[in-house]
Amino acid sequence: MQGLGIDVLFKGTNMLRLLKGLWVSVEISLISVVISIVLGLIVGVLMTSKNGALRLLFRSYLEVVRIMPQMVLLFIVYFGTTRVFGINISAELSAIIVFVFWGTAEMGDLVRGSIKSIPRIQYDSAYALGMNKFQVHFYIVFPQTIRRLLPLSINLVTRMIKTTSLVMMIGIVEVLKVAQQIIEANRKASPNAAFGVFAVVFLLYFIVCWPISRFAVKLEKRWV
Amino acid sequence: MDIEVIRSYIPLYNEALLLTFKIGMLGILTAFIIGLSGAAALYFKVPVIGKILTAYIELFRNTPLLVQLFFIYFALPKLGIRISAQTCGIMGLGLIGGAYMIETMRSGLESIDIIQSESALSLGMSKGQVFWNIILPQAISISIPGIMANVIFLLKETSVFSTISLMDLMFTAKDLIGMYAKTIECLFLLVVYYLIMLLPVSILGSVVERRVRYAGFGD
Repeated sequence: MQGLGIDVLFKGTNMLRLLKGLWVSVEISLISVVISIVLGLIVGVLMTSKNGALRLLFRSYLEVVRIMPQMVLLFIVYFGTTRVFGINISAELSAIIVFVFWGTAEMGDLVRGSIKSIPRIQYDSAYALGMNKFQVHFYIVFPQTIRRLLPLSINLVTRMIKTTSLVMMIGIVEVLKVAQQIIEANRKASPNAAFGVFAVVFLLYFIVCWPISRFAVKLEKRWV
Repeated sequence: MDIEVIRSYIPLYNEALLLTFKIGMLGILTAFIIGLSGAAALYFKVPVIGKILTAYIELFRNTPLLVQLFFIYFALPKLGIRISAQTCGIMGLGLIGGAYMIETMRSGLESIDIIQSESALSLGMSKGQVFWNIILPQAISISIPGIMANVIFLLKETSVFSTISLMDLMFTAKDLIGMYAKTIECLFLLVVYYLIMLLPVSILGSVVERRVRYAGFGD
């Protein structure tokens, strides 16, 4: 193992530090996902409204998020706000702001798509049975929407976790940064540490994301 | 905002845009080739390769591009595989994009009704002809929305190339902010240049999507 530099991880608390770094990424993405889902539900419902101006507003919001790389958004929030408003937002908070901004748009689009995918006949039949507007939405549309939505929003979680690898660029010490630190510290003792450590980081991300995306696939197969 | 500063930065950003676009396009081309051949291999159920491809897809879809790039750029040289930053960028983009493209195109291929190939075979076409002339054109037109979404996703992902010291848009912006602290101008130009690169692709995407919808049969 000396040759591949995996031994570095078993020295001192290195492995523990790496896992703590991973937790930072997961934590940021979980917080962002929870907020995004709540806001996304609201935005998604508003997107299906009949108000043209409102739809245009949300469409342009969606387009901005779709086009701008998350890294650019991170830079704007982290470096830009300090310059323009003179307020100092911590790196963690800016990361959460950016991921919520991005996640809300994605979630909103998923909600909109799911609501639109409920066929017209479902509404008509429900009204024909004498249900009122609230009943139609609450008992007929909502449960069907959730079924379509759940696998898609679970996928959003994995995308969120993967994208949090970018927060290293604004100075948050997460798994990649810790990996770099470990490699730097052991440069002399084990020159091949880069291979072992980055391979482990690669696997760690896979171990976190893979089960979640398998779960989403399973739900999708069972419900759709 | 200082117009003079912006004007003096424009040549640097132009250069960066060109590099970003070049690497992005080469990466997307690689991704497309991997996607097409991979999807075909999965469609024809080639025995061993199918298993390998599935593992590859799962591995690359469930890890961030940044980590993949770090692995290719910093870890592989320890095994004696030395790759230049540009090739590394193209490879990274090609590999992650390939994984997404295979998935998109495979579902396109699978959505073509079996009756299409049965009818074509009964007309005396060879297996190759059926695939190239009947199945593939329909599958591509069905997967176009997915493919365009992947293209935009990949062009956006180029922003992480700055971490392996490629002089792309992100790198230029970061560098200039670090040197002259003209944060607002640099960030403004960064946004504008990403818009220049991605807005046409996004618009092209929706135009193409609308056009290929006519290619669908039956509905």
